[in-house]
Amino acid sequence: MSAKKVTQMRRLPGFGLTLGFTLFYVTLMIVIPIAALLFKASSISMQELVETFKTPRVQASLRLTFGASLLAATINTFFGFIVAWTLVRYRFVGRRLMDSLIDLPFAMPTAVSGIALMAIYAPTGIVGKQFLAWGIKTAISPLGVLIALIFIGFPFAVRTMQPAIEELELEAEQASASLGASRFQTFLRVTLPSLIPAALTGFTLALARALGEYGSVIFIAGNLPMRTEIASLLIVSRLDENDVVGACAIAVVMLAATFVLLLTIQGIQWRIERKTGRN
Amino acid sequence: MSRNSGLSQASRDPKWVQWILIGITVGFVTLLLILPLGVIFWEAFRKGLKTFTIALSDRNARSAIGLTLLATAICVPLNMVFGLAAAWATTKYSFPGKSLLISIIDLPFAISPVIAGLMLILLYGIHGWFGGVLQGFGLQVIFAVPGVVLATIFVTVPFVARELIPVMQEQGSEQEWAAISLGASAWQTFTKVTLPNIFFPLLYGVLLCTARAMGEFGAVSVVSSNIRGLTNTIPLQIDALYNDYNAPAAFALASILASLSILTLLAKSWLESRIEHRSKESEEIQ
Amino acid sequence: MSVEVQHVNKTFGSYKAIEDVSLKVHSGELVALLGPSGSGKTTLLRMIAGLEVPDRPVQSGEGKILFFDQDVATWSVSERQVGFVFQHYALFKHMSVFENIAFGLRVRPRSQRLPKAQIDQRVRELLQLIQLEGFGNRYPLQLSGGQRQRVALARALAIEPKVLLLDEPFGALDAKVRQKLREWLRRLHEQVHTTTILVTHDQEEALEVADRVVVMNHAKIEQIGTPEEVFHNPASEFVIDFLGSVNVFSGRHVEPLSETKTAETKTAGAKTDEAKIYVRPHELQITRESLGFSSISAQIQRIQRAGASAKVFVHTSKEQNVRVDIPIQQFQLLELEVHQQVFITPLHSHVFSPEYTI
Repeated sequence: MSAKKVTQMRRLPGFGLTLGFTLFYVTLMIVIPIAALLFKASSISMQELVETFKTPRVQASLRLTFGASLLAATINTFFGFIVAWTLVRYRFVGRRLMDSLIDLPFAMPTAVSGIALMAIYAPTGIVGKQFLAWGIKTAISPLGVLIALIFIGFPFAVRTMQPAIEELELEAEQASASLGASRFQTFLRVTLPSLIPAALTGFTLALARALGEYGSVIFIAGNLPMRTEIASLLIVSRLDENDVVGACAIAVVMLAATFVLLLTIQGIQWRIERKTGRN
Repeated sequence: MSRNSGLSQASRDPKWVQWILIGITVGFVTLLLILPLGVIFWEAFRKGLKTFTIALSDRNARSAIGLTLLATAICVPLNMVFGLAAAWATTKYSFPGKSLLISIIDLPFAISPVIAGLMLILLYGIHGWFGGVLQGFGLQVIFAVPGVVLATIFVTVPFVARELIPVMQEQGSEQEWAAISLGASAWQTFTKVTLPNIFFPLLYGVLLCTARAMGEFGAVSVVSSNIRGLTNTIPLQIDALYNDYNAPAAFALASILASLSILTLLAKSWLESRIEHRSKESEEIQ
Repeated sequence: MSVEVQHVNKTFGSYKAIEDVSLKVHSGELVALLGPSGSGKTTLLRMIAGLEVPDRPVQSGEGKILFFDQDVATWSVSERQVGFVFQHYALFKHMSVFENIAFGLRVRPRSQRLPKAQIDQRVRELLQLIQLEGFGNRYPLQLSGGQRQRVALARALAIEPKVLLLDEPFGALDAKVRQKLREWLRRLHEQVHTTTILVTHDQEEALEVADRVVVMNHAKIEQIGTPEEVFHNPASEFVIDFLGSVNVFSGRHVEPLSETKTAETKTAGAKTDEAKIYVRPHELQITRESLGFSSISAQIQRIQRAGASAKVFVHTSKEQNVRVDIPIQQFQLLELEVHQQVFITPLHSHVFSPEYTI
């Protein structure tokens, strides 16, 4: 009798126990908290929501958060591709060290990253000093926010593209060369298009991480209202002012915008994959 | 055969391209990753070992370390058991709503830690759904230790499950069926067949969970009262010291967490080489 | 265009993949490189394509790859104008069938590129040639394995290659599809007449499709010849063993066998005790009575009647298991049964001296 038939007849033991515990834990730890937020948000009138959204300070912070996150994710996708390609295709001294360091922003506590970045990019820091000489402020400026967001999103971009590059079909590149294409034509027309889904996934993950980031940004950002205040920080300051409703309004706007953005990218990806039948 | 020779002619980039890309990689990684790591230790030890030891022997620093360890000690085992149960339930059976469940497990990854903290305030704050009732029993959650623990759990829920689900999906359940058909009990099947097969991914998930639990900042800072020596974790203490312009002490504490993350990276590389080694061995046998 | 390989070597680390191989393929010929996996046939093909580089020649005049008497050893794959077809198709998944076939024409330098209308025309012709008209807008993963391989072939033919190189092109397909594509490939070759080199480990495929067969083993060429030559006059034990099933008789039978007149024995200076005698199943005769010295008495163990010939498995008085193939009509006349005592007599046999095999 095949294993398939057996499973149809009977289940492996532990179904009730594991599923029961999973549902209980997920409900308690994830679902109820989210429900609380949504419930609270639903008690906010549309007008209040619009009012919140209309305040210049909120608008400025949302613009900064989404703008810097999108830019950081784009930069990360570009450099992440170069780094992933180099790590997979080339052999050089220090490759293994570079490879294991990629995950550092993921493993390092955000507050630690935050003060480290501040120490480097502050006007007195080793890099910040240089840039200041050229008239560029790297800390307590939108550029500082961008730097922090590039830092924390970087591993997501590299780690999603790395396996995709490893699994590239080398024969397709050989076929392209045998058909007369130059190395650059092969790269542009054959290799790069097959990496687009992975690049999109990397972009999405880096973006999602950047949108919600808090710890590594607040030190280097300096948190000047209207200029370097990110949405997460605005939520915290609303809470400090005991304005729970205001905090919820910003949170809901953030969450909704994030999900719309992620779903859009997911949709694009789904269309590409359906066409070329990946997976 | 092309495996022996590395890349074939057609997939090899010109030397100058290789040099430029390697240059960019080394430059980017050095500037973005190595520099911050170096700065932490430089700042921590710049004023000598003495400042470092004084910073660490501070009463508030000690209590922050204690609270971080406590929160981690509660959070990691819970999430590990959850991860095992969730991976078992979602990979060994099919039931309606399974993919929805997996998506929900992933949600904490997509939610900003600050918003997570906000959710907990809505639930357990004085005016929250449960907050009032619990307060009646004399249990304060928000601005107290339980809040810190809950926030830590929320942000780390997916870590173990995320590592296990793809691995167990790939392994299927034939081995478990074989064990049961040979007369093994459910518990024996789990400990003797399933667990050895997922040992490395499980360890890896636990490792990531631990690193994140010790380092969580956003969610914890929202639900903690930031009272030193009481509800401050290490990251919160770092924040407080830094804002007091006591950078050397902040970096001393930070260097401990940074060392932990370096250890995590080392352990990760080791685990990955183990997993690779295993899969290579099995490939050779096949 | 003719392709010639002269004294070529290739090592991967310490592994010798090709050892001093020379080969000439004439213009318009279809040659099969036949051998087991690891025999070096794919490496040889990839070197002809320019996907692998031969080891540097030790002496001058060695290690050459000539296309029409021109040394191309230093040319890259994109300069050689070869059409290469991979075992696993290597189609570009993100391009439609049409775009795949047009690829080689579209990547040409602007000065050599055909106008768009001509490219479209050429692709349509090729789609017709591979009998996939109307499939131009599909994507590779929406095609069956056989269709994919035909697209890969059309893609290679689009650039009007000087040589067509096929690396186990039907290896990943079902037996039925493989048979069909084999016949189609032979017809196609008669139409386009491009010099073609085909790598295969399937002896039937090589014998059926190729003008000449190159049998390879352990990085060397064992024999080059027409399908008849390699099948009926195998040059070595390896060749006879690799091309179809064969019964091996031990050396003790050398004396009586070579004295008989019925057995036309090819002795390569053998007649020693170590020599082995190879007889193909269809080269044995079964009779009720002995036909002379070369007949061996045997008992029928098993009979398998399905197919154009019956396979009779016998156990000889010399304690050997032997297979005899008899055309099914003849088998019916003989009225053979299991456990029956019979005599088997070789009509034709092959003997290789022990020095010959290493």
